[in-house]
Amino acid sequence: MGVQLTKRAKPVDRRPMTWLESLYLWNIMKGMAVTIKHFFSRKVTIQYPEEKRSYSDVFRGLHILNRDEEGRERCTACGLCAVACPAEAISMEAAERKPDEEHLYREEKYAARYEINMLRCIFCGLCEEACPKDAIYLSKTHAPANYHRKGFIYKKEDLLIPNPLTEPEEYKKALGTIKREPKS
Amino acid sequence: MSEENKLFKVTIDNITIEVPPGTSILHAARMIGGHVTPPAMCFYTPLKESGGKCRTCLVEVSKGSERDPRPMPKLVASCRTTVMDGMEVKNVTSQRVLDARKGVVEFLLINHPIDCPICDQAGECDLQDLSYGHGNEASRYEFKKRIFVKHDLGKYIQLHMTRCIMCYRCVFTADQVTNKRQHGVLFRGEVSEIATYIEKSLENDFIGNIIDVCPVGALTDKTFRFKNRVWFTKPEDAHRDCPTCCGKVTLWRRGNQVLRVTTRKDQWGEVQSFYGETGWICNECRFEKKDVNDWVIEGLSTIPRYSVKGANKYKALEVPHETVGEVIGRKPKLMMDIHTVSDVNNPSIDLSKIQGPATSDVFNKKQIEDKKEN
Repeated sequence: MGVQLTKRAKPVDRRPMTWLESLYLWNIMKGMAVTIKHFFSRKVTIQYPEEKRSYSDVFRGLHILNRDEEGRERCTACGLCAVACPAEAISMEAAERKPDEEHLYREEKYAARYEINMLRCIFCGLCEEACPKDAIYLSKTHAPANYHRKGFIYKKEDLLIPNPLTEPEEYKKALGTIKREPKS
Repeated sequence: MSEENKLFKVTIDNITIEVPPGTSILHAARMIGGHVTPPAMCFYTPLKESGGKCRTCLVEVSKGSERDPRPMPKLVASCRTTVMDGMEVKNVTSQRVLDARKGVVEFLLINHPIDCPICDQAGECDLQDLSYGHGNEASRYEFKKRIFVKHDLGKYIQLHMTRCIMCYRCVFTADQVTNKRQHGVLFRGEVSEIATYIEKSLENDFIGNIIDVCPVGALTDKTFRFKNRVWFTKPEDAHRDCPTCCGKVTLWRRGNQVLRVTTRKDQWGEVQSFYGETGWICNECRFEKKDVNDWVIEGLSTIPRYSVKGANKYKALEVPHETVGEVIGRKPKLMMDIHTVSDVNNPSIDLSKIQGPATSDVFNKKQIEDKKEN
């Protein structure tokens, strides 16, 4: 005998089976009982496209880029989301706002390019936490599947929410059907 | 003779050090280093007469000297107070100092716009470091912050007067480094501002150095404006044979683009000295030489670990040997070149070649051209 690692160890019974045991009747019945028990228990699967599970309250899905009440983009390309991103999924390029673009961008500087590589993104939400301008949020939709990798590079057009002033219909639709309970 | 060589013994936060007479408390503390060092916003070692304005380096002197052991009644500015033999100084061990510094930070931030997300200095800003280290989390100030008429300082230097903390470093730099000072502090009190009295641009060969001495984002590089965040650019020491200046600089690169050129700074954020001379650089090196081929690169600059500037920096990009092609006998079809999809860091747009900040024209022009080609 070697070193005993646990007190629960049982010695293996190596005696030859009796005739009754070699019929396996009792063991088959025991196994079937386990199987049949599951017919009457609650199902763990759902019929997916017809039935859908609700997302958790803290679900983090696809990103959106926010606009303010006047429909101007909030992002100023400060780069805090990109530096906070553990997967290095976010990249951007900044530009200076011209005098005739003041209705488009909230601040002097704005993100001319803003891209999130959804192949890299791990949906941790650190970008949302880092943002000082309320510009990026994680929504409650997941990234849809795609046949090509290039379909996962989300650009500013894909991320920006509809303008509440010029596209009120789309904006309303984008708000979704999830009920928002006012925080007490 | 022996009198001259005598070293003064000074104790700062219970750490004793011997320094030559005439050393300021701040310098003695810097010799010890670490948390003992008081922060300094206006004092700048290479600039004579600087210091004594911002009051962030206040320390408590609990024992004046060996001969006169009485404590100094008020907190003193460590950058302008020289050490005495047997002096005992309290910096972080004194609650009075910490409270005073908190108050100073609050005063400095009263009129500061706190537009760090836009500011190009963010990430290497002394005021950011100071307020993180010593300030309150929130502001108690409820009134309107002051605003200024915008002054144009020419094609190289961008002035944001709202961010200025009136440290006078740039004034001293213009006085001591350039041959003629063209800007200064106008008016008094709350309305005082850095400007050229008659609207004109700053055009001295060495005037670009005022960008480096500015502890906040009041004076920033127009050729770097909004090009990238400081912490996404890779700092590298480089030099070039410059006829006017020492030519030793730090290049801030993104890929092969030289986005910014600055002086080399030491661990206190001050311009390094080479062979006893302060390493100021000329405007040509700073603003005109934005090509890798203009420079001899010496290697990565050392960045302190706490600084965000060191985030996501890799010494060298090591691309592993690609074996897929050798195994399957042809090039893999599903490999994606990111530039075919991504617009960011488009190789055909060289931001370093654009004089000022990029606008929608720069990015849209390229898009329009691309659409024409397709």
